[in-house]
Amino acid sequence: MGRFIYRRLVHGLIVIFGVTIIVFVVTRMVGDPVQVMLPLESTLEQRAAFEKKLGLDRPIYIQFGEFLGNIARLDFGESLWQKRPAMDIVFEKLPMTMLLTAVGIGFACAAAIPLGIIAALRPGGMVDRVTVFGSLLGLSVPQFWLGLLFIVLFAVQFKILPTSGAATPAHIIMPALTMGLPTLARLVMLVRSSMIDELNQQYVKTSFAKGLPFVRVVGLHALRNAGLPIMTLVGWEVIRSLAGYSVVVETVFAWPGIGLTAIQAIERDDLILIQAIVFTAAVCVVVINIALDFIYKLIDPRLKLT
Amino acid sequence: MNDCQNTPLLEVRNLVVNFYTRGGVVQASRGVSFQVAHGQTLGIVGESGSGKSVAVQAVMGLISNPGRIEGGDILFRGRSLLDPAGRKFVRKVRGKEIAMIFQDPMTSLNPVFTIGTQITEVLRHHLGMTRDQARKRAMDLLGLVDINAPEKRLKQYPYEMSGGMRQRVMIAMALACEPRLIIADEPTTALDVTIQAQILELLADLQQRLEVSVILITHDLGVVAQLCHRVAVMYAGRIVEVGDADQVFASPVHPYTKGLIRATPRLDVVTERMVSIDGVPPDLISPPQGCAFSPRCDQAKNDCLRSQTLTPLGDDRHVSCWCAIKGDTR
Repeated sequence: MGRFIYRRLVHGLIVIFGVTIIVFVVTRMVGDPVQVMLPLESTLEQRAAFEKKLGLDRPIYIQFGEFLGNIARLDFGESLWQKRPAMDIVFEKLPMTMLLTAVGIGFACAAAIPLGIIAALRPGGMVDRVTVFGSLLGLSVPQFWLGLLFIVLFAVQFKILPTSGAATPAHIIMPALTMGLPTLARLVMLVRSSMIDELNQQYVKTSFAKGLPFVRVVGLHALRNAGLPIMTLVGWEVIRSLAGYSVVVETVFAWPGIGLTAIQAIERDDLILIQAIVFTAAVCVVVINIALDFIYKLIDPRLKLT
Repeated sequence: MNDCQNTPLLEVRNLVVNFYTRGGVVQASRGVSFQVAHGQTLGIVGESGSGKSVAVQAVMGLISNPGRIEGGDILFRGRSLLDPAGRKFVRKVRGKEIAMIFQDPMTSLNPVFTIGTQITEVLRHHLGMTRDQARKRAMDLLGLVDINAPEKRLKQYPYEMSGGMRQRVMIAMALACEPRLIIADEPTTALDVTIQAQILELLADLQQRLEVSVILITHDLGVVAQLCHRVAVMYAGRIVEVGDADQVFASPVHPYTKGLIRATPRLDVVTERMVSIDGVPPDLISPPQGCAFSPRCDQAKNDCLRSQTLTPLGDDRHVSCWCAIKGDTR
């Protein structure tokens, strides 16, 4: 177990190190950061001063060493746009995205697992066909359109939900639904097919022959075996959302999360903030992957943690 | 146990089970009747697809889509398991008074739960035991089926055990609530030969010590001769001959039974080739009229196209063959 944690942390550090190199190279080598960040009409003196301020006048390896040192202290420098430490902004916005992700994907799981199981109990039955149809529909609808539809429907037409922002708990309902529905559609298909496979396994017959209650056989014995693929997809959805796919939903609903901030930072050429966001996303991906491996092992003891 | 010495423990009457498949209605069980008395072992033999497993799965209430029980009755201790009032009874009986051991121990245990969990859940559900009580009982059960170091085994997962060991666990699980009837559906088919012998020995020993009734489904006539008091021979969804095991083997009446016995390799007779029964089993979507075996039977005549039922032949012996009944066989 200790060996596993050690190996995973080393792996994770390598990944994060790789990401920092890419971030460093992309921001410094491709194009001139000074030209990108300063207004067109700035003078040569201004440019030189700015270069000096960012340390861009020094040799590249020194810059890289300093960059790594700063990252180790989680100090990316001041955001050019907001004039405060970039990491402060990330720590302020990331929890909002985490909250949105938790509610959205939580909703998707809460709906997809029972629905998928019920569909799997009678493949080809009424519930199954409706579920598969609804799922295909959910997969085909673009997220931004879904979000706009919700706004038109619930905010404009019925006036029961706020349009955008994050002022009250009610504000999270529409963005979470918009985020959760495509996930729900993907997840329900997977739960359904995994459960159909599991329910045909011999051990399910054994469990029924043991006289165990239906709910225990289906909801515990079969579902735990179907757990691996389900967790894989859920993990992927969480990673996707935290690593930036939340941007569509956050933009539509002006949800002050990391995705919206990333888009704004890009629009304003705030390279410092972009660096901080990309680095944070990489750390999130690594951490979630390690967590997933633990969850796999909890679900299926046959797996070896390596 | 004296409450119903006269009624058989289990009685299956005219059981009809159909499977509604795309290709048509498969008539897996076409009026199967048999009885199991207290403390008795009944062997059911027949080739693959003859409806042996379907018949016992119906007893366990394990027939699921697209299969349906469409006729007959199953009585356990004189009470129907099929009528509407019986559904509650089934839930009480299944896994508690009737337990089942399956063919393939590699897939019959849930791979992601410990042996301990899988044994104790039966005890906790049916007998309302606490965690500790169930654990103690589970250890006793593992001892009963000759598994060493039960404490350690309880914490293990199926993948940490051999096939023979897993089948012992299955048997322990079946014995958990001291059932009156154990149904063993080809319990040794998936095991290698030396383990087969051990498992059968264990089953026979437990059957005698615990005075439990057993239905043993098998392809192996040798096993039946060794372990069973009575034997039922199935063919194409029907029982064609049933009776005392020794008698049936000594003097088979139905041509199919004769064929089966002739096809069993023997050590004491030198044969050039394996003997087999000519032809193939019938398609159960459209079974032949009358005796289903008649197309393969060398004694078939016109009578055989008429439908027939199991007819008593004295000494608790029943057979369904026109030739045998008229006494002009051999």
